[in-house]
Amino acid sequence: MGGVLAFQLYDWHYFFAELMNGLTLGSLYALIALGYTMVYGVLKLLNFAHGDVFMIGCYIGWFVLTGLGGVLAPRVPLVPLLLLMFAAAMVGCGALNVAIERFAYRPLRNAPRIAPLITAIGVSFFIEQTAVLLWGANPRQYDFFELRNGTLFNPPAFTIGNLSVQYAQIFVITSAVFLMFALALFVSRTRTGKAMRAVSFDREAASMMGIDIDRVIMVTFLLGGVLAGAAGVMWGIVQSSFNPYTGFGVGLKAFTAAVVGGIGNIGGAMLGGILIGLAETFTAGYLTSTFQDLVVFSLLVAFMLIRPTGLRGAPVLQKV
Amino acid sequence: MSAEVPTPSGPQIGADEWVARSNERILGPRGPFGAVVRAIDRTPRIIILAVFVGFVAAIPFMTSNGYIQGVATDTMLYILLAMGLNVAVGWAGLLDLGYVAFYGFAAYMFAALSGGHLFTGGVLLTDWPTPAAVAVAIVATIFLGFVLALPTRRLRGDYLAIVTLFFLEIFNNFTNNGDRWDWLGLGGTHDVTGGTTGIIDVHPWRIGGTELTNYSRDYMWVALGGFTVLAVALMYANKSRTGRAWRALREDPLAAELMGMPVKWLMLLAVAVGAGVAGFAGSIIGAYHQQVSPDEFTFVLLITVYAMVILGGAGSLGGVVVGAIIVNVLLEVLNRPDHARWVFYAAVLIGLIVKVRPWRLLVAVLGGLVAFGVIVNQIVGAVWPRGVDGPIAVGPTAFTKQGFFAGAIRHWLVLPAHTYTIPHYTIGNYAFVIVLGLVLALTLVKGWKRWVLLVPMIWGAAFVWENLLIEQAPTVRPLMLGVILIVLMTTRPAGLFGQQRVEIV
Repeated sequence: MGGVLAFQLYDWHYFFAELMNGLTLGSLYALIALGYTMVYGVLKLLNFAHGDVFMIGCYIGWFVLTGLGGVLAPRVPLVPLLLLMFAAAMVGCGALNVAIERFAYRPLRNAPRIAPLITAIGVSFFIEQTAVLLWGANPRQYDFFELRNGTLFNPPAFTIGNLSVQYAQIFVITSAVFLMFALALFVSRTRTGKAMRAVSFDREAASMMGIDIDRVIMVTFLLGGVLAGAAGVMWGIVQSSFNPYTGFGVGLKAFTAAVVGGIGNIGGAMLGGILIGLAETFTAGYLTSTFQDLVVFSLLVAFMLIRPTGLRGAPVLQKV
Repeated sequence: MSAEVPTPSGPQIGADEWVARSNERILGPRGPFGAVVRAIDRTPRIIILAVFVGFVAAIPFMTSNGYIQGVATDTMLYILLAMGLNVAVGWAGLLDLGYVAFYGFAAYMFAALSGGHLFTGGVLLTDWPTPAAVAVAIVATIFLGFVLALPTRRLRGDYLAIVTLFFLEIFNNFTNNGDRWDWLGLGGTHDVTGGTTGIIDVHPWRIGGTELTNYSRDYMWVALGGFTVLAVALMYANKSRTGRAWRALREDPLAAELMGMPVKWLMLLAVAVGAGVAGFAGSIIGAYHQQVSPDEFTFVLLITVYAMVILGGAGSLGGVVVGAIIVNVLLEVLNRPDHARWVFYAAVLIGLIVKVRPWRLLVAVLGGLVAFGVIVNQIVGAVWPRGVDGPIAVGPTAFTKQGFFAGAIRHWLVLPAHTYTIPHYTIGNYAFVIVLGLVLALTLVKGWKRWVLLVPMIWGAAFVWENLLIEQAPTVRPLMLGVILIVLMTTRPAGLFGQQRVEIV
């Protein structure tokens, strides 16, 4: 009797830990997915390079952390340190994303559909290999576990009843939700947000209404890059390590999150991100960790075949 | 009417691009390069093919150098791959990102059938005759292409790209861990793919009782034979009803559908034909390398084949062949620093000669380059003597200060000493980022500022090349592929030999 109870208790613990992992991962996917979905909305472009922008965010955070003395002896207190890391990564990735748009995608505004796609793959590959060239292919990590007697936050976790919750995960989920909320407000309340929605609804009509298309697209890329940069630092805080190839795989899943939620739909991207994060974590935790990608990608392929417009997307009408 | 025809330099009001460029099209490409292109255009395709095949077939008789024969074999395999991808990407306009998974699938299939490596110990399938194994591998790959494209037929272009890319990821995940395939925990554990080692000891092809064991020579002939058949078949396919339908699909799927073309069937067919060609190449690669390893069939290979197709000109059969040859030879050359150096400076020089007109400007730019380098060299030498005292790389681990070239570079560039002994020497890294910024800035400025900016940019590129890139061949090779894709797509999407396509709105 006791053994069974202990097993169930253990199991419940395990489930809760996996749930928290899944939610954390999911909110990161959601942040990245927002960049994909916004760009897809205004440009109808699958921006393969977005995942690599996120990877650059991981590195920028790492360099700020290391430059300020590293994890063992940081020269500034924890809160400014974190703020600096986030600010640097968000500014850097935003600028990078704007530069990518300006130099790689803008010349192709009116090219056949396949041309910007191939360019996007080229940009993704270029950023990835540049990172390998500059910083090497070895994985790096923030090593927050060594900070302050072992953790970023001290104590590392609090408990509700029997369940322990890690502060780092709470931190990541909260800041991700905050950023998403800010973005939703921006898109729904500001003039530029309105322009973004107009462009994504019908680019030509919006341009005839006097909306500066190039500027709107630039702002979209900027916002996407900022979110990806924040996600990069968060990834460094909660995940064990990252390397130049991290961005591609994460970006792939985040893009699918955008598709699952309904591409072009901002609320859908958040929903999709959480779902993919949960699906991935539970697959790894309960089914198989070796073939985790195989299972997750197969599920996604199946989903995209059954419902290509996603959970919240409207059916696509083809206009001529 | 030859030189008097004005070429429109910008968009003309009231005339769309197609009409505005009609004179250009009638005259055809101009200049010395244009003359060559026109001469090739006039020659029947079959003759060009015969000359090419004859030349390649004779390579083993011209040189007994195993390295050159090996490069020729690799190039032939790449040509096959690029031709197959061209069907899906260049003709039908479908972004098939799972392409190398078909190639890998066929390689595993052939290895399993011919060598008896499937299902631990080869109880199930063993020692098939080569023709049967190849045929089954190709048919299975075509079938796989169908199966993958069948459900995606409802999806629009980008979704096809992402689903096929997922397929590649699934394939890589499976082949890398396939030595402990456990049916997702529902069955026993089986060794299906050999895991990260892959399948070793794949049997060679046996044709008419002879084993093809003179690897680089025999498999080049095999690939060449397949290429000849395929090239002729694809030439006719391109002119056929289906070929025209594919191009219509590429230009406008909606219009094609309205014309009553079976769009979905055409998409399936394009992916499957591409898969079949990859299947043939895949059944060669295993036997040629005598092993199949999962890290061959990854995203890097996909990008390589894409760069070949895009460089040559997607949609042009001859173009992709040339693209495959250029890219593969270039990648080989980049492996050796002393060879790579020649390619770099030759490319810079040719680029300047082609792009910088009139010749006075060219002379000014070249002179400015030399002067700029010498001045910077003198200044740095005065302030920081070690900065101009480094050797240049001539081999994987060999450096020299001797010789004309080394002397010239040492008096023109800045070569910090000991660069090569300290890993991650960061001057090269910073310079790389700065040069990247200069290149991007160059696309923004116009007029004389561009020519002024060009000089430090080229000098900086040479600096980065000598101090950082030349010893990083494994990274520079893929980096260059990415650059090829971006630069070609944004400046010349038709590639070297493709048809310029004009969007008519």
